[in-house]
This record gives sequence, structure tokens and C-alpha cells, in this order.
Amino acid sequence: MSEKQPLPIWFFIGLLLLLYGILILIAGIVQIAHPPATVLARLHPTFWGGVVLTVLGGSYVWIFRPRRS
Amino acid sequence: MHVALVAFLANSSLIKMSGLDIAIVVIYFAAVLVIGWYLKGRTSTGEDFFLAGREMTAWVAGLSFLAANLGALELMGWAASAYEYGILATHWYWIGAIPAMIFLALVMMPFYYISRTHSVPGYLHLRYGEPTRALGAICFGFMTVLMSGINMFAMAVVMKVVLGWNLHFSIWVSSITVAIYVALGGLTSAIFNEVLQFFLIWLGALVIPILGLKEAGGWSGLKARIIANVTHGATYLHMWSTLGSFRDNPMGISWFGIVFGLGFVISFGYWTTDFLVVQRVITAKDLRSAQMAPIIGAFFKMAVPLIVIMPGLIGLGVLSHNGHGIHLVSAATAKPGQYTYNDVLPLLLVRYAGPGLLGLGVTALIAGFMSGMAGNVSAFATVWTYDIYRPLIRPLFRPEAQPAAAGASAGAGSARTSAVSAHDGDEVAAASSEDKHYLKMGRWSTIVGVLISIGTAYIAMHFSSIMDYVQALFSFFVAPLFGTIVLGMLWKRATPAGGFWGLLTGTLSSIGMFLWVKFQPSALSIIALSHYAKPMAQDMYQALWSWCICVAVTILVSYATAPLPEARLQGLVYGCTEMPSQEGLRWYQKPFFWGMLAIVLLVILNIMFW
Repeated sequence: MSEKQPLPIWFFIGLLLLLYGILILIAGIVQIAHPPATVLARLHPTFWGGVVLTVLGGSYVWIFRPRRS
Repeated sequence: MHVALVAFLANSSLIKMSGLDIAIVVIYFAAVLVIGWYLKGRTSTGEDFFLAGREMTAWVAGLSFLAANLGALELMGWAASAYEYGILATHWYWIGAIPAMIFLALVMMPFYYISRTHSVPGYLHLRYGEPTRALGAICFGFMTVLMSGINMFAMAVVMKVVLGWNLHFSIWVSSITVAIYVALGGLTSAIFNEVLQFFLIWLGALVIPILGLKEAGGWSGLKARIIANVTHGATYLHMWSTLGSFRDNPMGISWFGIVFGLGFVISFGYWTTDFLVVQRVITAKDLRSAQMAPIIGAFFKMAVPLIVIMPGLIGLGVLSHNGHGIHLVSAATAKPGQYTYNDVLPLLLVRYAGPGLLGLGVTALIAGFMSGMAGNVSAFATVWTYDIYRPLIRPLFRPEAQPAAAGASAGAGSARTSAVSAHDGDEVAAASSEDKHYLKMGRWSTIVGVLISIGTAYIAMHFSSIMDYVQALFSFFVAPLFGTIVLGMLWKRATPAGGFWGLLTGTLSSIGMFLWVKFQPSALSIIALSHYAKPMAQDMYQALWSWCICVAVTILVSYATAPLPEARLQGLVYGCTEMPSQEGLRWYQKPFFWGMLAIVLLVILNIMFW
């Protein structure tokens, strides 16, 4: 392998989850006003799913962000 | 006819995706390609490409080990099995996986790792010699691309039924994406993407058990609904108490078949010798990480029924109630417009997931398909290059290449090669040139492997029965291979001739039993020991008998042939290998502690769902 260490996979995972989280969170906020025709839509699963993904992705991005050493 | 079928399936797709859902899927494809491109510049030697530089952490190797097995066919197939057979399907995740994963970690991994082999056929070469390696490698390479293609076709059919996508579009887009990212970044890229896919599979699929249990009124509410909805519903909710007789459970199997056929031979054969999964853990950076990787995988494997088996049970509980709603049937008896068992997971996804979460769920299915395909392709590229091309084909065209290649094959590719030739500039250049040649061969064999898989997918499209045969062929080889390898690792007296003839007769006997039942169905009662045995029981007993035959023949032939000197077995066999000391580790850092903890948890779970 080359001498410079590659970015950890956890950083890539964090980025993707953060991006998904933001998109799904926005959709979840819209769906609070216009709920989809799904079972248990009153529990706002899209909104809460977006929150979980954003927090999880954001945490991974922060913890595994590239740093100068 | 074909056009009409396509039109019918396109119109009858289960899921209608919104623009946001499609964007989520497209972002996923872009992400895996970006990872492959990023890792391309870091793949400059054969060891980088085929063994991910042997620098993976236990967590990365462990999650990849599990993700390579967690394909979407697995997700949808076992959800369907849980709908059909109930909680009995969980045996394939618990007793059918956990003991074998712990055995791999604690008993077998030291030999794979200390021998510095690059593959499972590579271990066969070191332990038994070239003929056994050739038999193992050719069977594995052949079966891997066939399985990959057939899985690809099955994926395309699912995408058509679930999403209304064109068959050719699904096959070409997914396979080209996998070919690009594996050819660019090699095993590192496959592993990184598998870890990503692991997260997506879990996060995308979790919505179903969470909301399904909420709707059903928790676990006790779900059990009450299943008992009310299904004839003999109580038998769908117990893992062991109905296994006393073939007649008492929906699967038509007894505890003996589950424990010895599934829990011992099939499970140990797959998890300890199938190079598709073993390749992930031999990339670990040190022996402790290589041992911890399957143990980490085992803990997550125990949790997988939550996203695979639970949806099947939720389907039994909520899709129909008091005689109303959707009743799923087997694919063999389904009439046009009827839903089959295989539809249970997509139906529940549509039931609970709105735009956004639906895209994530579909991405989880696609990620599952691609992780399985990438696992097959990267394992094929390694076995083809190191175990077929290098020892069998390359010397025919360049006999002078053999010594350098042989030096590398005895150990682990470039690391051993560079150490051997450090004193001689010409040899260094020659070894480097050889390594580059094999690196190039690895990239090309990845692409060719994908193309062969696509060809197989199209063959399967026209001959649906080929799927059954190839799945069976794959299982023929796994059980005897476990016998050959476990004897090789634990018994010094096993000889090269014993290993070869044991593997060959075990495989042929398994094929023989399959054909016997195929042409004389009544033979199933002889092989599976009961008139009430169902086809599911055939695999269990076929594997058990072929393993016994392999072991018996290996022992008999070994005693009839000269043993190998102990010096030749160092690093390969128990009793001839000095194990690295773990004295410096605290108790909670030792793989043995975590392995035993996994076994205790497994016992508790089985008692809970007895």
C-alpha cells in the first residue's frame, strides 16, 4: 500500500448517512403536514428515521474526519 | 410471450418510487464508484489487490465477513422462509452459523493466518499438494461465477417484480458497477463497500420490525395474531420443541438433521472453508484481529433474524387478520396476480415506508445484491489468479516464471517474494514484474468473471431449473471440503493422497445422492431416514453423509500411504505449529473470552425461543 494512510471507511459511511439523513429528514418534515398513505404514518417514521441517520452520519463524519497529524 | 411477461411484470410492480427514492438509489451507486476510484491509487501490488494489503482491522474484516453473506436474496429468501416455516428458519442464523464462526475464529484461523496462505485452495496446496489444490480451486472458481450469475438473474427478477425495472437494465447496471469498483480497488474496495452495504442493509430494513411489532402489539401480540391466523400457528413459534419428529413441524425435519446436518456439516463447511467469506478475515492486520473478526460477525449474525425472520413472522401476523387481507402462497402454486412468499418483505416495506424511507429500503436490497456479487467476484479473481492461472496455466507459456511464482505461492505473494529476492537486483525486478503481471491478471479476471456471470444470468433466464442444479452443485463441494480441511489442520497423519481421494469421493458421493433422489424420489426416505422427510431435509443429510464418506476415505487412504515429515507440516497442523502467545492480553482482549460469550448468548436465545 502507499505510505499515506487512506481515509477510514467510517468517514465515507458517515458522509453517505449524513447526506441520506438530511434528505430523509426534509422529506419527514414535509410528511408531517402531508402524511403518506402508509400504516402508522401518524408516528412520523420518515422524520425520526431522518433524525437517526443525520445524528449517526454526523457523528461518524466528526469522529473520523481527516486530520493533520 | 416474453414481451407480454415483461409488460405484465412492469405493470404489476409492488413499489412505486418517488423522485426522492430514486435519488437515494442513484446516490448509492455514485458512492460505491467513488470509493472504488479513491482506492485505485492505493492498489499497487498483488497483495493490495488480492488481500487488501492484509491491514484490515477486526471490525472492518468482521462486518465485511458478514455482509458478503448478507445478500438481498438472503434477506428476501429467508423472510419468505420465515413466512412459510415460521421461526424454525432462525436455525440458519443461530445454530447454523454461530458455532461454526466461533470454531473458525478459535481453531482454524490460526492455521489460515500463520501459514500466510492467500486462499483456501492455497491452504490445500500447502497441506496436501498440487492435485488437491487444483481440484478445490477449479470447483470453487467454476461454482463461484455460476452462483454469481444466477444470483444476478434472481436479483433482476426481483427488481422487475418489486420495482418494475427492466431485466437487462438491472443485470448490466449492477454488474458493471461491481466490476468497476472491484477492478479498480481490488479486495479493499470490495471490503469497504461491503461495510457500507452492511450499514445500509440494517438501517434500510429496520423500519419493518420496529413498525411491524408496534402494529401487532409487541412480541406477545404478534404471537397471538399468528396463532389466530395460521392453522397449527403455535408450531410456527417454537425453535426446538417441535423437532422431536419430522411430522410435528412445518419444515418436516428432526432435531438430528438440524444439529448434525445444518449445525455441524453444512454450517461448518460454509463458514470455515468457503473462500467467499474466509477471504474477508484473512485480510486482517494480525492474528488477533483475524480471530476477532468472525466473533464480531457472530454477534451481529445473531441479531440478523430481527431484520430477516421477524418480517416473515410479521407478515403472518399483520398481512391478513380474521380471514381478511393478503394471503401469500408458494411460487409453484401462485396464480396470476397472487402474491408469493417471496413478496413478504417488499409488501411490508410498502406498508410502512413512505417516500425517503422507501428509497433507503430499496437501496438496502440493492446493496445486499451487490455485496454478494462483489464477494463472489473478488474471491473468484484471487482463486483464478493464484490457484489456477499461476500454477497451471502460466508455466505453459513462461516456464521461467515458475520459480518466482512458486516462491510467492508458498507464502503470501509479494511480501514473501520481496523477502526472498532482496539480495539480488535482477530477481527483485523479475519478482516485481511478475507481481505486476498478476495484478493485471487480477483486474482482468474480475471483469471477465463478471462477464461470465452475466452470461450465466442469461442462461438461467432460459433454463430456470439450472438454478436448482447449481445451488445443489455448490453444496456438494462444501461439506466434503470441510472434512478435508479440518482433518488437514487437526490430524498430522493425513497425507496428500488421503486428502485428494477423500475430497473427490466425498464430492462424488454427494452428487450421487442428489441424482439418486432426482431419479428415484423414494430414495429421500433412505437418505434422510424418514418417510416424512421433506426436500429441506435432503440437503442436511446429503451433506452429513458426504462429509462422513470424505473423512472415512481420507483416514483409510492416509493410513495406507506414507505420512509427511513433521517439518513439512509446521504452521499447517495442530501439534506441529507454535501458536503465538496471548499472555500480554487482558482477559477481555482475548478472542476466547468473546467466543465463549457468543456461545452463552446463543444458548440463552435458543432457550428463550425453545
